[in-house]
Amino acid sequence: MVDLSVDLGFLKLKNPVLTASGTFGYGVEFAPFVDLNKLGGFVVKGLYFNPRAGNPPPRLVETASGLINAIGLQGIGVKRFSEEILPQLRGFDTALIVNVCGENDEEYAAVVEYLDKQEGIAAYELNISCPNTKREGRCPALSPDTTHAVVRLVKETSSRPVITKLSPNVTDIVEIALSAQEAGSDGLALANTFLAMAIDTDTQAPKLANVFGGLSGPAIKPLTLRMVYQVAQRVHIPIVGIGGITTGNDALEYMIAGASAIEVGTANFVDPESTEKIILDLEIYCRNKGIEKIERVIGSFKE
Amino acid sequence: MHKEPKTLIVHKKIWGEYCLLGLQTEKIAHLAQPGQFIMVRTNQGFQPLLRRPISIHSAQDGILEIYFQQTGTGTRLLSQKNEGEYLDIIGPLGKGFRLISSSERECAALIGGGRGIAPLYFLARKLRDLGVSLRIYYGGKTIEDIPLRQKFEEENFDILLSTDDGSFGSKGTITDLFLSSLREFSPSRIFACGPEAMMAKIAQIAREKDIYAEFSLEAFMGCGFGACWGCVRKIRTGEKEDWLKICEEGPVFAGERIIWQEEEEF
Repeated sequence: MVDLSVDLGFLKLKNPVLTASGTFGYGVEFAPFVDLNKLGGFVVKGLYFNPRAGNPPPRLVETASGLINAIGLQGIGVKRFSEEILPQLRGFDTALIVNVCGENDEEYAAVVEYLDKQEGIAAYELNISCPNTKREGRCPALSPDTTHAVVRLVKETSSRPVITKLSPNVTDIVEIALSAQEAGSDGLALANTFLAMAIDTDTQAPKLANVFGGLSGPAIKPLTLRMVYQVAQRVHIPIVGIGGITTGNDALEYMIAGASAIEVGTANFVDPESTEKIILDLEIYCRNKGIEKIERVIGSFKE
Repeated sequence: MHKEPKTLIVHKKIWGEYCLLGLQTEKIAHLAQPGQFIMVRTNQGFQPLLRRPISIHSAQDGILEIYFQQTGTGTRLLSQKNEGEYLDIIGPLGKGFRLISSSERECAALIGGGRGIAPLYFLARKLRDLGVSLRIYYGGKTIEDIPLRQKFEEENFDILLSTDDGSFGSKGTITDLFLSSLREFSPSRIFACGPEAMMAKIAQIAREKDIYAEFSLEAFMGCGFGACWGCVRKIRTGEKEDWLKICEEGPVFAGERIIWQEEEEF
């Protein structure tokens, strides 16, 4: 019997497989496909304080082994989420992580303050890295100072653990990661989508109404894997690896590079059962390798 | 909603760019309603990455038919599948047409342009079973775009055909044909699916003549079941206008709720 559980220090997960925010709706959408109880946890769609309209369509464009999205965090806001969705999710025996958004630092804090009064949430994922809500992908995660400020404010407000989700659209992600750690972040999620675009050559117009969007899917896996590896060398808080994971082998690469857990994103659209299959893959890998505890895989990279 | 990773293709027909596949799927065929769709994985690799939303063309005796046009990589790969091969599908998805019963003494016009005819065959059979009188209007750019004409004729549906170039049926658009026939045929309901401009024109006619109309919209989709919010369109609900998910709230909407692209430009 393989022990797939991982201890993030602030949160114990039954296995390292989580879902990436924005690709798993509010969780309930996947109940017909996946036994949510089997997941290590799931991260629900980003929440602002108030409902949000999102960007005009087209919001999606497919590229080589990838998907560019510019949804713009359309969503129902914290109140409706707490009243309508949260009661449906509390019954599941898995870690519920809420992705928290804000137009400014105060809104992040307000969302956390509101959610802190609700039961059934294991942790917050601080989304300071969405590339689709401001012009040209601006977000707090692009600089160490703005990262530090928002993480510190949220940590002062929150009674729950905070995982800060970083942007890959930076010169040196290690610097940002260290800044989030310094500000008290309990963990790091690496990374959000890559700022990207696509052009329709017939009309010479952008394929997304927002012009820019965030690239996800198998195309980005080697890029974020490199970032997870680099950051893992320098921080002491746990890392959640995200980016193009579609198989157990992809998940293992991230774990060997230093991730304590992983999130499955775009693969949920391609195969909504991906998460369960990945958990099974991890178990088979451990069994074949004679590994009793999957935690032994974390950071097991051999140069 | 079911995920059927190994759905057998039991028959196939191809006419130029258009393709019809029959799929053996007891569960999905049993649940399917006219206007609903399935998400199909067109290959097992990552190119293309996403599933494709394909309209349900018919569902009977455990066989689900899909009819589509090759418009890109995904539909081209799908049209290359053969009888005896398997497809990974999810369905039935979305909200279909609101069915009417004969007791309401209604008369329906089903208007399809090109591949937009796909869900209307299923609807036509369903309405006929319900005893509703109906007429089908089926048009395309040329004779190549209306390959299903014989299928409707063989089943004795009242059908009018048009092609833009006059290569078959009336010369002109299906909208022109519909409009000119209104003197002798006045439907109480319209169900339409086709290019945006065609549907916008029909919506305008329906509004002017005060006929209730429903339209099946097309969209590129990420997931097909409401999780990604990628396929939205501005839809009216009362006074309110919101970006609604076509996959979940649609793909069929009542005409008065749809904000047509021409309207938006003003």
